[in-house]
Amino acid sequence: MKVKSPLEVYNFLPRTNCKECGYDTCMSFASHILDRSAKVYDCKPLVRDAEKDPKVKEKLEKLIEITSPEIAEVIVGIGDKALKIGGEEVLHRHELTFFNPTAFFFDVWDTLDDKKIEERCKRVVEYKKFYVGKFLTLDGFAVRCISNDPKRFREVAKKVASYGKPMVLIALNPECMRAALEEVANQRPLIYAATEGNWKEFMKLALDYKVPVAIRAKDLNVLKSIAVTFKSAGIKDIVLDPVTEPLGEGLQGTFERVIQLRRKAILDGDKDVAYPILITPISAWLIEGDEVTKAYWEAVIAGMFIVKYGDAMIFHSIDQHVVMPTLTLRFNIYTDPRTPVQVAAGLREINNPGPDDPVFLTTNFALTYYTVENDLNSAKIKGWLLVVNTEGIGVEASVAGGKLTASKVKEIIEQTKIAEKVKHRYLVIPGLAARLQGSIEDETGWKVLVGPIDSGRIKGWMEKNWPPKK
Amino acid sequence: MAKYKLEDLLELLKNYNVERLEDVKIEGDLEIEIEGSSGVDLSSLTALYTLLNEFRNFFYHTNMALNYLQRISTMLGVPAPFQPAPMAPAVAPAAPQPVVPAVPELKLPEKLIEAKFEPPKVEYPGYIEEVVLGATKADGGTRDYVVKLGGERSLAFYIFDKPQPNLPKIAIDVFDRPPSLAKAVKVHYEDVVGSPPEWAKKCVKKFGADMVTIHLVSTDPLLENTPASEAVKVVEDVLQAVKCPIIIGGSGNKDKDPEVLEKAAEVCEGERVMLASATLDMDWERICNAAKKYGHVVLSWTQMDINNQKTLNRYLLKRAQMPRNSIVMDPTTAALGYGLDYAFTNMERIRISGLKGDTDLNFPISSGTTNAWGAREAWMTESPLDVDTPWGPRELRGPIWEIITGLTLSLAGVDVFMMMHPLAVAVLKEIFNTLGGKTKGGVADAGKWITAEV
Repeated sequence: MKVKSPLEVYNFLPRTNCKECGYDTCMSFASHILDRSAKVYDCKPLVRDAEKDPKVKEKLEKLIEITSPEIAEVIVGIGDKALKIGGEEVLHRHELTFFNPTAFFFDVWDTLDDKKIEERCKRVVEYKKFYVGKFLTLDGFAVRCISNDPKRFREVAKKVASYGKPMVLIALNPECMRAALEEVANQRPLIYAATEGNWKEFMKLALDYKVPVAIRAKDLNVLKSIAVTFKSAGIKDIVLDPVTEPLGEGLQGTFERVIQLRRKAILDGDKDVAYPILITPISAWLIEGDEVTKAYWEAVIAGMFIVKYGDAMIFHSIDQHVVMPTLTLRFNIYTDPRTPVQVAAGLREINNPGPDDPVFLTTNFALTYYTVENDLNSAKIKGWLLVVNTEGIGVEASVAGGKLTASKVKEIIEQTKIAEKVKHRYLVIPGLAARLQGSIEDETGWKVLVGPIDSGRIKGWMEKNWPPKK
Repeated sequence: MAKYKLEDLLELLKNYNVERLEDVKIEGDLEIEIEGSSGVDLSSLTALYTLLNEFRNFFYHTNMALNYLQRISTMLGVPAPFQPAPMAPAVAPAAPQPVVPAVPELKLPEKLIEAKFEPPKVEYPGYIEEVVLGATKADGGTRDYVVKLGGERSLAFYIFDKPQPNLPKIAIDVFDRPPSLAKAVKVHYEDVVGSPPEWAKKCVKKFGADMVTIHLVSTDPLLENTPASEAVKVVEDVLQAVKCPIIIGGSGNKDKDPEVLEKAAEVCEGERVMLASATLDMDWERICNAAKKYGHVVLSWTQMDINNQKTLNRYLLKRAQMPRNSIVMDPTTAALGYGLDYAFTNMERIRISGLKGDTDLNFPISSGTTNAWGAREAWMTESPLDVDTPWGPRELRGPIWEIITGLTLSLAGVDVFMMMHPLAVAVLKEIFNTLGGKTKGGVADAGKWITAEV
């Protein structure tokens, strides 16, 4: 966004500290606008007055303009499954954070028979992977028109829409696209793609159906020209596809185009290219080689542009060796570096433990905590889990860095009054904290058992070690 | 099927590449600056640094990499349904594009509004030091070639800003005692475990490694506690067996490593090896003195903390008087899904600081990418949670986990990767050559997927 200090925002606000926005002061609200944890529209008095007074309305619009993200934010889909793409502010995540994770759309094509289409859609909708306390899921579908038959494309678009996920409709033939839009435009799909050959028709489609539109051109002059033309026609929701070439010089050129587009928008503030960028890892399926080669290369292209500025992606493969690494990478890159991923310290009761059940210990790094909690749960182990505040650092690093120490363990034992809840005095510590065994025993008087290094092995460990042999 | 033990792997990883740090004590006599030395404007010096960079011929092993790439499933030994299919001819005819009648009713632009895209150019005042590993006969060594790391004046692979004189290099890990490895990795080394020279040969001749790292893990007092003088005999054997530059790793034991690396430095005199590693909590001075005496490079290893990296580098430069062309940094690698975001951002910040002119941080970066195999997604047969969508064959998951970890960090600026899976090595090489502008061609029609089945 243009503004760099909360003061610049503050000057636009009523300055009454009315608290309607949920913050104590207008200044505090202004600083939340700045880090994008509050929206201008949350200032109710400003919005109310703008309805009555054209001068205030102007002020509100100006404020929205100067606080809008560097890269336009485009919404694909509707309701609670709608995806925001773009909306980025910086070139490097440590400068602030990346905001809207790259949206993953999965290929469905209209020459597949209906049963196959259903199978693919089901796999996408039902996909889940547990990670850091929640399930990673897949975002939506890319429906490709291969038949070049408007009727068939419309039919398939309708079928896919019934799964309730955001969609990209893919057809270069405007007639096919129109047929599908008649059916599913109310789902707010992204239409792909306006090109140098069909841009007039696609401009009309985007306006008629009020849907976001992707522009595809390898020549960035052409790409920008179409974007400028669309903008002048009143189209705001634009996505740029600088053409993903999957191999060799082509891929190097793609890398350059994507980086130059994003740098132009952020460093030079060129609003004519400040739109979300679409990448098509599916292009990897054009290279020579076997299925695994293509799938691997698809993951490689996706990985490259998850790190570098891809806001939306179209994938062909729904195999785990493509989905799992890219989904995980997306989560990592889009994690907010300003807030350590941590959970509250304290005592967790796993599966209603009793006084004879084991006491485990872990850190408050979210990834560690949820992994341990889930491993205990899925192995149906009853136990008490002490969570030490290591400031969001994992076991190994917090032992090395002095964030997990015997005195911290003593503290959590006392705070949680765990000694009153169990009859024994055995504490199971993570394998990676083994070297604290002696010092914890000295400090707390509890007997310390060293657990496995990976909590996935805790079931086997329990069979051998619990209850402890006296 | 034999059960593979994670504990062993982790134990091993820990021994050579993961944390083995006591509470770090930093002496308070240093000023720590973050994000480049912003107080000093180095842009005026830019002209001094715009010397022409010599392009190295980097087609070495490229063909081999491509070969692997085109038959990844064979490489992985994955049975049907992943049989390589014969190349199909052009899949479907390009769909005709009927012209839709013009739309007269709206006043819409009839012609494209011509706009010009002027690509931005970014220049940095600083540069990354170029570090040479290995020495040929001409320089008093016995290596067939040298490997150059670093030398960048722009972000990794931003060759449209500045040519990248040296693309990232790959060193494959070799151990002086039989390690426990993930099954997918182990199958490739079963025939050479127990013979580091044979192992090193295989890495270079068969898997296309630019270098090998010989890890003297057996010197660990908690393991065989091999005396330094005996352990380094393996190094001499490896030097005989392969003619590439080599890296020598200790066991990670902070008391023993300086002694081991010192001895290694001595027997490698003139070969310009890299000694891995010096850390804040060990006698780095002893390692540096040995490196200086015998003409080697030191790997400066810290735990994902840009300030500690700065501190240690300053110790090496100011106190130990290491030459600037003899330091490489390992800011620590975490696996995809297990802290990769921290590792990536830490390295990216270090690299940007270096390019902006922070001369405490403008050194080539090394990554222990083998750490990727610590992720359960890389080696477990199946998810421990029933609720997860099945994870699919692990022989397909493992290498891609190492590839994506390495790819991500290459974009942060890593110059040398220590890795293990041959397929991951081949794919990363292909990526580096591609982004580095060393591969030609591409596919004929990159838009074919839009209208044809793939």
